[in-house]
Amino acid sequence: MPIETLQAYWWIIISILGSLLVFLMFVQGGQTLIYTIGKTEPERKMLVNTLGRKWEFTFTTLVTFGGAFFASFPLFYSTSFGGAYWVWMAILFPFIIQAVAYEFRSKPNNFLGHKTYEWFLIINGLLGTVLIGTAVATFFTGSAFLVDKSALTNLLDPAISRWQHPAHGLEAVLNWRNVALGLAVFFLARVLGILYFMNTIDDENIMIRSKKQLLINVIPFLVFFLAFTGALLTMPGFAVRGQTGLIYGESLKYFHNLIQMPIVLMMFAGGVVFVLLGVALPLLDMNKYASSGIWYAGPGTILTVFALFCLAGFNNTAYYPSTYDLQSSLTIHNSSSSQYTLTVMSYVSLVVPFVIAYIWYAWRAINSKKIDAAEMEEGGHTY
Amino acid sequence: MVEHVDLSLIDWSRAQFALTAIYHWIFVPLTLGLAFIVAIMETIYVKTGNPEWKQITKFWMTLFGINFAIGVATGIILEFQFGTNWSNYSWFVGDIFGAPLAIEGIMAFFLESTFIAVMFFGWDKVSKRFHLAASWLTAIGANLSALWILVANAWMQFPVGMHFNPDTARNEMADFWAVLFSPVAVNKFLHTVSSGYVTASVFVVGISAWYLLKKRHILLAKRSILVASIFGLVTSLFLAFTGDGSAYQVSQKQPMKLAAMEGLYQGKHGAGLVAFGILDPSKQQGDGKEPFLFKIEFPKLLSFLGYRNPDAFVPGVDNIINGGYKPGFDHVNPAEKVLTLSVEEKIRRGKLAVAALASYRDAKTAKDTTLSNKALTDLNLNFPWFGYAYLNSPQSAIPNVPLTFYSFHLMVYLGMYFILLFAVVLYLNKNDKLEAQRWLLWISVFTIPLVYLASEAGWVVAEVGRQPWVIQDLMPVLAAVSKIDATSVIITFWLFAAVFTVLLIAEMMIMIKQIKLGPKDGGKK
Ligand code: HDD
Ligand code: HEM
Ligand code: HEM
Repeated sequence: MPIETLQAYWWIIISILGSLLVFLMFVQGGQTLIYTIGKTEPERKMLVNTLGRKWEFTFTTLVTFGGAFFASFPLFYSTSFGGAYWVWMAILFPFIIQAVAYEFRSKPNNFLGHKTYEWFLIINGLLGTVLIGTAVATFFTGSAFLVDKSALTNLLDPAISRWQHPAHGLEAVLNWRNVALGLAVFFLARVLGILYFMNTIDDENIMIRSKKQLLINVIPFLVFFLAFTGALLTMPGFAVRGQTGLIYGESLKYFHNLIQMPIVLMMFAGGVVFVLLGVALPLLDMNKYASSGIWYAGPGTILTVFALFCLAGFNNTAYYPSTYDLQSSLTIHNSSSSQYTLTVMSYVSLVVPFVIAYIWYAWRAINSKKIDAAEMEEGGHTY
Repeated sequence: MVEHVDLSLIDWSRAQFALTAIYHWIFVPLTLGLAFIVAIMETIYVKTGNPEWKQITKFWMTLFGINFAIGVATGIILEFQFGTNWSNYSWFVGDIFGAPLAIEGIMAFFLESTFIAVMFFGWDKVSKRFHLAASWLTAIGANLSALWILVANAWMQFPVGMHFNPDTARNEMADFWAVLFSPVAVNKFLHTVSSGYVTASVFVVGISAWYLLKKRHILLAKRSILVASIFGLVTSLFLAFTGDGSAYQVSQKQPMKLAAMEGLYQGKHGAGLVAFGILDPSKQQGDGKEPFLFKIEFPKLLSFLGYRNPDAFVPGVDNIINGGYKPGFDHVNPAEKVLTLSVEEKIRRGKLAVAALASYRDAKTAKDTTLSNKALTDLNLNFPWFGYAYLNSPQSAIPNVPLTFYSFHLMVYLGMYFILLFAVVLYLNKNDKLEAQRWLLWISVFTIPLVYLASEAGWVVAEVGRQPWVIQDLMPVLAAVSKIDATSVIITFWLFAAVFTVLLIAEMMIMIKQIKLGPKDGGKK
């Protein structure tokens, strides 16, 4: 296969993993609501347990997203991770503490006390979502870095990727557009978390509070999401001249991308409609649609985020722009692995459908019925 | 503008990687081995239908779950650290190194995390057979994670299956199978996973011995000891065998590491293996001093193990620095054998390679084909020593000899000791005499920390012994590091140290509590 096709194929895979990740962050969103929706210990136990059966899946998707990005676009890995050091560290720490929180929370003699582990979950839910959203926004707004592959021949200072801002990534919060996307992801994750609770827990009180929280969270989500989308469609973007690979600024670039790629436009619009539908249905008639909101909002999220990734990477666009040196910007062509490696990895990607199939099968087997207070008392494995 | 790589940045980045890897490795070996032990126990339960075996399985599975969670917590950071702290490395070899990391996620981590959920939540929801299959798949998934990351690590020790592309300034994969089936990778995988099996076996035997001492859960203890001591005996023999295979690979591919492992400065024919030795701490390379204050040797064994020939020549640190020998050959005929280069000469050639790369890239920009072709020839000729260009003296090619030496010997002693321990425990348990031997039970309990020590020591040999290389001969650590200020790394180092230590304490307290509670209540509150 020609390398251009492989690069596009791998950008699609990265986009799928990224959009799945944002959807699966319903776990993180749900974690920030355990005290708001769970007022008593048994209620909190149900909330934590229903999230606890999925947290590893989100986590593993994050890890695989990182690994796949490394394998397919290594220049991104070395430029962004090494440069925006503090943002990535701030994202990783909350995931470390999350990983033990479920298993340790209710175990006797757990040293920190179960409240601490619940706070670990809340911190992870807050920082994980806001910062990942902020980091993704820099795919459009850009960062200050320099890439010079010839630096390798400088024996005294061979680093090829150099970040130009002393805050090493934290400066992203100075741009309101980045923060707007971060907060939009945060509130979206909470909305999804609530819909997931409604789908998996059989409990009257939790249902009532979830409905109330749904409305409270969907409004700020819409505000921040629209603010970011508005900014995105009106701001200048980073375009690539086809043959030469030369990068230049183009006004209304992302707006152009949207209309030049009608499929992406359809996915974007369709995704938003689905998310809204997923929220509106249970709000309108809770009894009938309470469980099904997540089945609309989830795929809606995946479609929207997927479309955002397409806007960032396709149609001759630099997906990781440098505001310091335009020509250092990363495109899917100048940052990818070699043709050979992308081919090998494409064969590997053929196992993904099998992975999805066994996950589906295994989950169906163990999730056949909703979580309720009785199950928490039965003495099986709980968190 | 002359800027230097900050040396303290390199040291702190190394320290941070070592810290996080060492923490990860506290939990991983137990996962690797206990997953299989649990699966074996459950198989016995399914075959016999005896509910006592189910209880035994569930007890060890609880401990497995606690350990697994923190293994995952420490793993995520390692993956991203290649980017955050070794960003130049990530570009230079990402084309090869990224692939196993991604495959690991796709093929292993999902397998593991899906079926672990079935293992814990599926007891009353899925059929016995499905549950059993889930337990085996979890074990296989864990071992597959080990496979891919170890392939990646082995490739750093012995880079194969790639070529350097001067246009992209990086190494690119040319042969996936050569990377996967390199002899170093095969040995490393087998040795490392079997070290996990031994770790888990010692763990199970030790805890069961404690129950026997306390006269609690006698049936569980005896049965667990039976399973774990058989599994442990078989795998510890295999561990010694693959350890020999690893050492053989090291002598072929990383002679400097081998010299450090044995404290060998002056190479010789028919070199002996140091059975016991104390190094002179004041020894410097090239000072002509005897490196050992005291030592006992097995004559000729090192030559035999390293080259499968009792009279083979094993180079020492001095020989490798000075060059001019042929490893493994008894009598060198200078007319027909190419002698090994001195490190000084390698540095010279490395610099030629780097300079050729620079002029190639300039010539390309200037569209000067003649010049770029000439530069390319020079580059290809000298590329095998590319990384040497960054070394500032031949001596910086020497790793920390005492640390490598003592770690290696500790690992080997302990390896022999574990074989003995499993054999004795198995024998006495079979004849039902184990309970009477309280001293042996206490020894079994106190062996638990030792197996962790052995395992970490193994990594210290592998990783410290290959310094200063992050990719053998191609990239030293100072060329691999990210361009950030040392202060940032110092801060994250201490944050990791604090977070991981707190979590380790929590994990140990929970673990000990669950062991004290025992299987009666299923290990629950
Ligand atoms: C329970 C732990 C344990 C025990 C008892 C042993 N090993 Fe080991 N060894 C490991 C655990 C380990 C390890 C942690 O798995 C390492 C680290 C890196 C690797 O490849 O495996 C290792 C590395 C390692 C290396 C370095 C490989 C390299 O640099 O690539 C050698 C030469 C040996 N071992 C040899 C032995 C021998 C001859 C043993 C005698 C019985 C032995 N080991 C016992
Ligand atoms: C520096 C290299 C390493 C990296 C980047 C790394 C990465 C990771 C990551 C990201 C996880 C969490 C996976 C999840 O989401 O479930 C993990 C867990 C795991 N890793 Fe590592 N790892 C490294 C070294 C090793 C080694 C050397 C082995 C074994 C030989 C190993 C075996 C495992 C296993 C079995 C798990 C499952 C969790 C557990 O053991 O508790 N890893 N690793
Ligand atoms: C989990 C088991 C492991 C342990 C306990 C371990 C231990 C160590 C130690 C002690 C060092 C410091 C060496 C020094 O700077 O003197 C180190 C460095 C390093 N190791 Fe490992 N290691 C492990 C696995 C791995 C794996 C699987 C990889 C790669 C796939 C890896 C890659 C590195 C890198 C990149 C460094 C930093 C550069 C260097 O100092 O060489 N390690 N490790």
